[in-house]
Amino acid sequence: MDMLPLILATIFTAATPLLIAALGEHVVERAGVLNLGVEGMMIVGAATGFAAAVLSDSSVFGLLAGALAGMALSAVFGVLVIFFATNQVATGLALTILGLGLAGLIGQNFVGQPRGAIAAIEIPLLKDIPVLGKAIFTGDPVFYLSLVLVALVAFGLNRTRIGLLLRAVGENHTSAHSLGLPVRRLRFWAILFGGLMAGLAGAYLSLIYTRFWSPGMSAGRGWIALALVVFAAGHVWRLVLGAYLFGGITVAQLHAQAGAIALPSQLLSALPYLMTIAALLVLSLSGRKGGGAAGSLGQPFVPER
Amino acid sequence: MLRHSFKLGAFALAVGLGAASLAAPALAQEKLKVGFIYVGPVGDFGWSYQHDVGRKAIEAAFPGKVETTFIENVPEADSERSIEQLARTGHKLIFTTSFGYMEPTLKVAKKYPNVMFEHATGYKRDKNVATYSAKFHEGRYIIGKIAGKMSKTGTIGYVGSMPIPEVIAGINAFYLGAKSVNPTIKIKIAWVNAWFDPGKEGDAAKALMDQGADIITQHTDSPAPLQQAAARGNLAFGQASDMTAFGPKNILTSIIDDWNPYYIERTRAMLEGKWASQDVFDGIAKGKVKMGPYVNMPDDVKKIAMETEEGIRTGKIDPFTCPVIAQDGKAVECKDGKLNDGQIAGMNFYVQGIEGTVPK
Repeated sequence: MDMLPLILATIFTAATPLLIAALGEHVVERAGVLNLGVEGMMIVGAATGFAAAVLSDSSVFGLLAGALAGMALSAVFGVLVIFFATNQVATGLALTILGLGLAGLIGQNFVGQPRGAIAAIEIPLLKDIPVLGKAIFTGDPVFYLSLVLVALVAFGLNRTRIGLLLRAVGENHTSAHSLGLPVRRLRFWAILFGGLMAGLAGAYLSLIYTRFWSPGMSAGRGWIALALVVFAAGHVWRLVLGAYLFGGITVAQLHAQAGAIALPSQLLSALPYLMTIAALLVLSLSGRKGGGAAGSLGQPFVPER
Repeated sequence: MLRHSFKLGAFALAVGLGAASLAAPALAQEKLKVGFIYVGPVGDFGWSYQHDVGRKAIEAAFPGKVETTFIENVPEADSERSIEQLARTGHKLIFTTSFGYMEPTLKVAKKYPNVMFEHATGYKRDKNVATYSAKFHEGRYIIGKIAGKMSKTGTIGYVGSMPIPEVIAGINAFYLGAKSVNPTIKIKIAWVNAWFDPGKEGDAAKALMDQGADIITQHTDSPAPLQQAAARGNLAFGQASDMTAFGPKNILTSIIDDWNPYYIERTRAMLEGKWASQDVFDGIAKGKVKMGPYVNMPDDVKKIAMETEEGIRTGKIDPFTCPVIAQDGKAVECKDGKLNDGQIAGMNFYVQGIEGTVPK
């Protein structure tokens, strides 16, 4: 079947920005911080990445600039919630609104400019594997990078000292503080990493997924990334599964429609969120408190003097 | 005390504003203030962008006589205060350019009987509320003919936004055009349930191409479907504005919304004191729907396209010439040899030959 590799490739492209943004937020939430500003950081990454790529005529530079722009915005969030102990939910929502406006401003002179495609990387030998070879080993560079990042984060969180400290801070910041851990500094670094990933995911949207800039082009993907983190319930590898499942559903329902199979497309569009709710239910029924979320998630930490 | 001084301040401000508005008529006679409300950003490169082109055309057509203002990104559900804001600040003619502004426009219009309102794509009017829309389906009939001639696989992919009558009528007109030059042509439709989601629009185009479509057309606002078609060397059409830049070698033509003549005409009526409420639904004949250049096609196809465009302009060709057979095989009720404007504006069925069902 010739169609399958093509479908799989479409799914991987659709899922990659979700995976990258969710990976960043996963680390942030492991450290006990809830940043609802993913959508805002993503769209600023998309605008900045596209603008930088056009000005420098380099997509690689654009991706880097987009990631850094997301990180810059997350730094604003970090300073507010960590050093001024503001409400994380309110600050995160404000960050999304700010990001959407800021992105429009950054990108205003770049609307409607087309850009060429970034070259795909074909891995010799492996790409000749039937079906999967063509789908997996002829992807774009950021697709491979996303998988490397997943491996690095999984290793970093579970097998390194810094990962252990980060999780300790997220689980119970008071105990971590009394053990002498730099709670606020560790959280700040985690937030910056989250911003870097959200920005990169945004730049992926405007430079690889669809190669132009337009305000509002993230179209709610930041929120899906947040839903993914809940769905993964603390397991990095489940993020990969979730991202490809979410991407797969979107693409599969488009295929079903094109093949004139009557499925309610509106319902299928809502499926990622329904699945997240289902995952929460399953976790709750299995008796795990908090759905696998870090113990101190969302609580501001003010060290005693 | 604080509250008192606030009240006092507000009173002083109100008096001041009142004085200003009393002084205003003398000035207003010199300059007409025209306001616009947009649902999207001016830079959406589609719907709102084209309305803003119309706004600029008004300024250019009446130099020194007209002053225009716009408010962009106005959510439909929360549009009332934006519309009222324009009415309150001395705008005498206000265009509200999205379907969902219908009720808020009527509500504000009741409060400001001396302000004239124009609502795009709606169907409710008042003494000071006119409605206007465009027959985009005429353009879709033309691109249907082009696609029917140009497709090698015999399958065309259609990226749909929302299953509302305007979009359904567009699909039908497109299919009827394609079938008139290629009786065996097939059309596959994928709905993305959004006006604007470049990623999903592009994915829909890819899915349609995976299933054998070699030409892509769209009723969504971004250039993503055209871009994805170009990436695979397939052909496609532009939507709302000329999208040539996104696939110069793969674009066949674009359907362009041109509000300029209408906006200029209504502003002139206002300046001459001849404005009256009305409902206008026109297309190619009045220049509201325009076609981009016909490119990347052989001369005989170009000739068909141009002849069809000319035929629609002169009224010799109508996309919905009877008999129009619905999907269930029954002929649609018909007078005067073609469907009337009301039937087109309320279309909720596919014509015979289109596979699948209209999403509910």
